[in-house]
Amino acid sequence: MKHVLAFIFVIVVGGMIIYALQSNDQFTQYGDNDPRQTTSDAYINRDVRDTNQDVIFGESDDLESAPANTVTAIVADYRSFDTLGEITVLFISSLGVALLLGGVNKKRMALNYTPNFMLRVGSRALFGIILMTGIFIAVHGHLTPGGGFPGGTMIASSVLLLYLADDQFRTKVTGFKLLESFAGMTYVIIGLVGLFIGGYFLENFLPTGTLGNLFSAGIIPIIYVLIGLKVGSEITGIIDNFLTEEAL
Amino acid sequence: MLQYAAIILFMIGLYGLLTQRHVIKIIISLNILEMGLNIFIVSVGYFEGGLAPIFTSTNNTNALAFVDPLPQALVLTAIVIGVGTTALGLALARKIYAEYGTLNLDEMGEE
Repeated sequence: MKHVLAFIFVIVVGGMIIYALQSNDQFTQYGDNDPRQTTSDAYINRDVRDTNQDVIFGESDDLESAPANTVTAIVADYRSFDTLGEITVLFISSLGVALLLGGVNKKRMALNYTPNFMLRVGSRALFGIILMTGIFIAVHGHLTPGGGFPGGTMIASSVLLLYLADDQFRTKVTGFKLLESFAGMTYVIIGLVGLFIGGYFLENFLPTGTLGNLFSAGIIPIIYVLIGLKVGSEITGIIDNFLTEEAL
Repeated sequence: MLQYAAIILFMIGLYGLLTQRHVIKIIISLNILEMGLNIFIVSVGYFEGGLAPIFTSTNNTNALAFVDPLPQALVLTAIVIGVGTTALGLALARKIYAEYGTLNLDEMGEE
């Protein structure tokens, strides 16, 4: 009975959503969107302040926002304050996990198999490669797809690999907490420096350079690397909390 | 058509949330619902023949037809917050299991 009622309710809700989308002229159907008619046009042309400059890869200098990846320009520059709130949400959820599962004198969970020599050595070799890939993605966040969030997650996944492949491994929790606090604090300090120099919180106060170079876009690569460090250490903390238990 | 697939994913997630009594299955339903919404938001920005909104040496000027980058940036935020809520939900589930010895909501408190 409950299943039938739930099924009817879901069908009614879905039908209402589809009907509302089809009969609304303001809603663009799939494949008909035109970004040139919306706010996104200013983001692609980098003329939110009406600079009206052509954007050319490898040639344009001193744009108002110079990451080659437009999504990064929105996430870490135009909407950077939003991103600060976002990593605060992730910080609070990792605090909540630590509150629920944390404790003193914890020891890691035992694996129900004994890792042999090959598994331990092979996982150490893979750990370095995954960690370097994560750092690469975080550092090149303003040029290529990816950025701080996927990079940080890859850093955390390399730690998870060590947890699963080595029954003696345990992260230094204090070190990751220090790294996380440092990254979050530096993000806010960079924002405050922008407030004093440029007049806006998180104003880009460094020269933005040429679009497409690794050393370009001012504070954006710095902020994205800090986000990568913060996300990586937060998710590592969550993994550590899940894979440890109170010593009996 | 992708938008209707996303709405169907949303409906599957909602159905799971309404009917399941197992804590882990509720969290999985929440994730399916969230994936449906994320696919819906990204699909709003797409048009035929649109390029990924990244300047490279081949797609090198702003005169080219890039897809809408704003929904993608919003979905990036939504995915990260989804990770946070899922981690918190799973931590609660582990605490519930330590307290009651079961993950099924109907069997709790029966002893």
